Amino acid sequence: MKKIYLLLSLLCIIFVHIANAQNRQITGVVTSADDGSTIPGVSVIVKDNPTIGALTDVDGKFQLTVPPIAKTLLFSSVGMEKLEVAIGSSNVIDVKLVPVATNLDEIVVIGYGSQIKSKITGNISKVEGNLIKSTPVPSVQQAMQGKTAGVFVEANNGKVSGATRMRIRGSSSITANNEPLFIVDGVPLSTEALNQTGAAINPLTSININDIESVDILKDASSTAIYGSRGANGVVLINTRKGKAGDTKVNVNFQYGYSNPSHLREFMNADQFISYFREAGKNSDIYEGYGDDYWQRHVEKRLKRYSGWAAKLDSDGNYLGSEVNTDWQGEAFQKGGLQMVDLSASGGNEKLRYYASASYNKQESIIVSNGLDRFSGRLNVDNKVNKYINLGFTFSLARTEIRQVSADNAFSTPMQLVAMSPITPVYDTTGELYSTPTTTYYNPLVDVENTKRTILETRTVTNGYLNFLLYKGLTWRNEFGYDLYNMKENSRYGTRTDAGIGINGYGFSNYGMTQTLITKSYLDYLENFGDFGFSAVLGTEFQKTGVDNTWVEGQNFPTDDLKTLASAGLITDGSQTINEYAFLSFFSRATIDYKSKYLFTLAGRIDESSRFGENKRSGFFPAVSAGWVLTKEDFLAGNKTLSFLKVRTSYGMTGNAGIGNFSYMGLYGVNTYNGQPGFVPSQIANPDLGWESTKQVDFGVDFGFLQNRISGELDYYVKKTDDLLLAVPVPGTSGFSTQMQNIGSVENKGWEFVLNGTILKGELNWNASFNFSINKNEVTDLGGQDIIDQGSSRFMNVVKVGEPLGVFYGADYAGVDPENGDAIWYVNEKDANGNIVDPAATTNDFGAANFVVLGQPTPDKMYALTNTFEYKGFELAFTFQGVSGNKIHLTGDPYMAANAAWYDNQTVDQLDSWKKPGDITNVPQARIGYSNGDQGRSSRYLSDGSYLKLRSLTFGYTLPQSIVGKAKLSNVRIYLQGQNLMTFTKYIGWDPEVSSDFVVDNVVSGVDFYSAPQPRSITLGINIGL
Amino acid sequence: MKKIKSILFLFAALFVASSCEKFLDLKPQQNLDTEVALSSDANVKTVLVSAYAIMRSSGIYGGCILRNSELSGGTGEISWQGTYNGPREIYNHQIIAANGEITSQWLSSYECVNICNNVLSALTVVNAEDRETVEGEALFLRSFMYFDLVRFFGKNYEPGATNSQLGVPLVLTPTGAIGNDNFVGRNTVEEVYAQVIKDLERAATILPQVRPEGTSPYYATSGAANALLARIYLQKGDFAKARDAADKVISSDVYSLTDTYAGAFNNEEYSSEDIFSTKFTSADGINQMTEFWSTTEYGGRDGDIEILEGHLNLYDPTDQRYALFWSGNDAMRSGKWNTMYGLVNLFRLAEMYLVRAECNQRLGTSVGDTPLDDYNMIHERAGLAAATSVTLDDILYERRLELAHEGFKLHDMKRLKQSVGSLPYNDPKLVYPIPAREIAANPGLKDQQNEGY
Repeated sequence: MKKIYLLLSLLCIIFVHIANAQNRQITGVVTSADDGSTIPGVSVIVKDNPTIGALTDVDGKFQLTVPPIAKTLLFSSVGMEKLEVAIGSSNVIDVKLVPVATNLDEIVVIGYGSQIKSKITGNISKVEGNLIKSTPVPSVQQAMQGKTAGVFVEANNGKVSGATRMRIRGSSSITANNEPLFIVDGVPLSTEALNQTGAAINPLTSININDIESVDILKDASSTAIYGSRGANGVVLINTRKGKAGDTKVNVNFQYGYSNPSHLREFMNADQFISYFREAGKNSDIYEGYGDDYWQRHVEKRLKRYSGWAAKLDSDGNYLGSEVNTDWQGEAFQKGGLQMVDLSASGGNEKLRYYASASYNKQESIIVSNGLDRFSGRLNVDNKVNKYINLGFTFSLARTEIRQVSADNAFSTPMQLVAMSPITPVYDTTGELYSTPTTTYYNPLVDVENTKRTILETRTVTNGYLNFLLYKGLTWRNEFGYDLYNMKENSRYGTRTDAGIGINGYGFSNYGMTQTLITKSYLDYLENFGDFGFSAVLGTEFQKTGVDNTWVEGQNFPTDDLKTLASAGLITDGSQTINEYAFLSFFSRATIDYKSKYLFTLAGRIDESSRFGENKRSGFFPAVSAGWVLTKEDFLAGNKTLSFLKVRTSYGMTGNAGIGNFSYMGLYGVNTYNGQPGFVPSQIANPDLGWESTKQVDFGVDFGFLQNRISGELDYYVKKTDDLLLAVPVPGTSGFSTQMQNIGSVENKGWEFVLNGTILKGELNWNASFNFSINKNEVTDLGGQDIIDQGSSRFMNVVKVGEPLGVFYGADYAGVDPENGDAIWYVNEKDANGNIVDPAATTNDFGAANFVVLGQPTPDKMYALTNTFEYKGFELAFTFQGVSGNKIHLTGDPYMAANAAWYDNQTVDQLDSWKKPGDITNVPQARIGYSNGDQGRSSRYLSDGSYLKLRSLTFGYTLPQSIVGKAKLSNVRIYLQGQNLMTFTKYIGWDPEVSSDFVVDNVVSGVDFYSAPQPRSITLGINIGL
Repeated sequence: MKKIKSILFLFAALFVASSCEKFLDLKPQQNLDTEVALSSDANVKTVLVSAYAIMRSSGIYGGCILRNSELSGGTGEISWQGTYNGPREIYNHQIIAANGEITSQWLSSYECVNICNNVLSALTVVNAEDRETVEGEALFLRSFMYFDLVRFFGKNYEPGATNSQLGVPLVLTPTGAIGNDNFVGRNTVEEVYAQVIKDLERAATILPQVRPEGTSPYYATSGAANALLARIYLQKGDFAKARDAADKVISSDVYSLTDTYAGAFNNEEYSSEDIFSTKFTSADGINQMTEFWSTTEYGGRDGDIEILEGHLNLYDPTDQRYALFWSGNDAMRSGKWNTMYGLVNLFRLAEMYLVRAECNQRLGTSVGDTPLDDYNMIHERAGLAAATSVTLDDILYERRLELAHEGFKLHDMKRLKQSVGSLPYNDPKLVYPIPAREIAANPGLKDQQNEGY
């Protein structure tokens, strides 16, 4: 390749020299059409011969020698529209360049329509599809990480199929859904996972990121009110690519890469393990004071047992050591990989346009036996029938096959391998995997070898539209959408697995289907009346969604080789469930502006839903907003520095209907006793149950400097959610543990700041984009209760008035008593006024330590910086993304960092445990079989969760047109992409981006329980345009 | 044209709106409206079945409270070796009020109570010929729940004293809506015992002696009610009544001891000795006894509970009950719980012999039979030579061996005022805390937490 390039360059140079013979010199000045200022760094080239060119100097002047055959000059500059000028007789060509529509003038998709960004009075973040294209992550949510202000995205762990949480302007609900409403090409997508084994999967992995034209995130009430009772968590509008009239464009993209864990922890090796546990045994015998050596004998027995064949014994059978030193953590991981092929074509004419794509994506997780394969295809067609009628559709089909692993809490999940002892060999002498009793716990590698677990998802999302132009500016739009999501889960556990042992293997098969039907019909009016611009939308929508689940399980298989339940000797259980909900809505929006200067918007929606109680079937959600473009006023017009300034504000109400389908009813469910069904009271009635309502106010400023070379936004918002749908704990003596009620309030308030700038332009382009957001979350009312504590000995996220949602509430660890090595906690006893009586008082009795607030699980600050450099076809882009203010609860550490409370292998930091009186350390004395500080609900197991990650780094090279043109290609780009290359954090666990998959919900988050770290990946890609 | 289009649009919009209204009236497909559930004979009986299912849930008679009793009282005889911290806290007497095991006993027990209350409130719709049986079953189950609640959460019943120490809240009416009426405080131990005894005395008279031919036997009978009464009177120290209740069970001649001791356990169906037991199948319920007492080869965990020499040394080496212990995963295990899909024995006839023997011995009576004969029934079945004389200590020692690891431990230690390790029988650490979630959710329990929590 290089050779060809050199050769070609040489040819070009020769050509230039020949051409020089009959040249002619052209000079000129380039100025801005806006204000007449001269523009430096403008590229001036001869069209059809880009090798002849020059740049304007600091005064905007250029000088260029052109051959007589040259007909046209092409002027281009970053931030300016390209301009072609015919070469006439004059040797002086002065031109004026028009600034391009910067992102202030771009079209933004809003609910039921679109709008010019500068006219918008709400807060909407737009992310261009090109910005997230070819990001080597499994889901669109992860691709959005760090791209916009006020949007928190977190993958639960590093499994490729795992769920991802997305929070727009904080969490506003305690029991209802906190995920935004995802709408793809007008169809609301269900994000409910239907799998029953392993942790919940992310149904949005079926979206091919490369098909995305833009993602618009609706954040304030003005933008979301038109989504009514489903707008409170924000709305994510995903629009896929549309064909453009013109030549057919074909694009091929290949990506290939590797991944490995972004961070590992350090565990004890065999020698450390042996001596540490012997010490722990001795300590326990002394601690008990029975004068026997019960625990020391216990330890010796265990060391022998865990060593298997590797035990080194003396002639009396005493344990001397192990012949192996197994790195069990290493056994949990594999080299991850990514392969992707992506093909798209688009084109058409004025009448018929299309976009079509097909892609294959294979991702191998860094976790053994976990991965996914995805095929997806898409066809988007738009047809202009005549002057009055437009119709078209978007159609997509995706097939995703997931190789599922167990949830983080299962003994069979690969990450729990770290609990195994380093003295234990992986295989026994016959080459079989060791399991209990030789391994400390069930060996998850048996699952890797002896199970087959797949989840096959197919999803098709279709939306058709039919628009009539009824009158000048008045369009009648009709849409019909359908989302069909199928999930087939087959799990077959062999005879040696913990699920299949003793019952000759176990099989489970589950089929789930979600269908959404949606119809919309609305009028869209847009017209200017003199200086007044007017637009309005009025319409109705009906949606019905049904979820159908059927499963069956069996056991007693004749052989592990037969995988389907047809071979099960015993079908043990099976069931079917159907759940449905429906919404009927009426919505409207009107905007009016005067000279694009004073802007005003009213929007609202009426929602009726089957989810709401009889007494509260229907709700109205209005919003109002206004904006003032100051730079259109005389006193600022023509200002050279400040090119754009708009202030805007909005206020409105939205709802959250993500409350479950029949939560308002008093219900009996079914259980069984010896094969006989029983009706069991499952829910107490509440006919007043309705949506949660969120009132949000937003103040914003949009600004642009230097012809909008620098632009940005600053927003302040207060979002108050009342009537929280709370599964209110009721006295258990009632026979129930919770009742759904609309009580309680949560408040989110914060700042969002976005700054985009073109720092350098010319030969070297440097664009930077920075966003920063602060969100303060506070639970302000729980209907009279002070705290909802559903925590246990292991978890400590609670809901407490005056504190952020899910705050950690437990005992405050005070370290180790230097006298005796006991773990101690602060007593934190409070007097009648709630003041702590003696802040220094400590106790070694965990039960005597009063719980206090210890930190919050969700970051309150998020920031990201993206830089893009372009130089002669080379491109370097990187994004640093970070969060701060949160803590993470290491809920696995009460086992693996517990100064040998039990035989789990320990992290090496436990070696610092207390040894003798006077020792100052944070690790209590090692005592096997005793709880000495391993109580999970304590600040001992909290760690700072702030991080800064080099989230992505791309280095690319676009081959010069002169070369690719010869190969009859339109463009060729080669790129190297890194993901999570660096993490800066004080977190002591694997990865601070974590919320263990089996337990994460609105309240419990920031919990690390044998959770896989995020992968660090490097991919190489090539993109070819035909 | 324009006009037509406008009209068309309006028509379409109206059509969409009106035709959709009825689609909003969706009904759940897996659940039943409350009114319907208690509206017919068949439905009420089906509701009653669910009370048994809840009785058998993990937190209660699925096995956890039997296990907890053994863990709490088993210091020196068994050892908790598992990783679960809930049971470990119980074993180490370091319980916190948020302990999940204890919370789950509380919630499940009251869930069962509420179902029984619902059934009792709807007896009028039950066919007259079955009404008493349904009532008796509901009373039995409710009493069963309350007796264990009061034993675990209240201080020990002191015979002859006024037992005004706090027991548990007595809820005897079904829950409709949640309101201030639901914020109940704790009744005294005396009140709970009185209620339970009253209900059981009635249940014992109205329940059938055996379940009808051809129906499932895993439902309450008068034998079950009397066996529970015997257990309660014994705990209360009312030996005469305990003796008489036990005698009623024995003399009913419905039950007989199995030939061998081992034959009483690991059965998939009732043995001749089972008065009332609960059953697990692969489709139905989770046997928590196998889970924690057995090992992986029988479908249990890793062998979370070890039997220590402190217990094994109590047996004569030729005792068949000793022979039932086995070595698994490097330690000695109880052999009573190796059948995942089988019975968890709740009331065995052997217990009744031991109750009758103990009470007759204490009272110097021979109701039914002499203490020596009753003692020898048990003693000889274990493969040991018949005794020629017997003392109260002999009977209590026999009871300790015969009923080992079946959930009697803590309650017997308290009743017999024996220390658990270094803790005296009435130490507050041997009384479970009212679950933290309950204290938080129920203002009626303000300042009613147990001592030490």
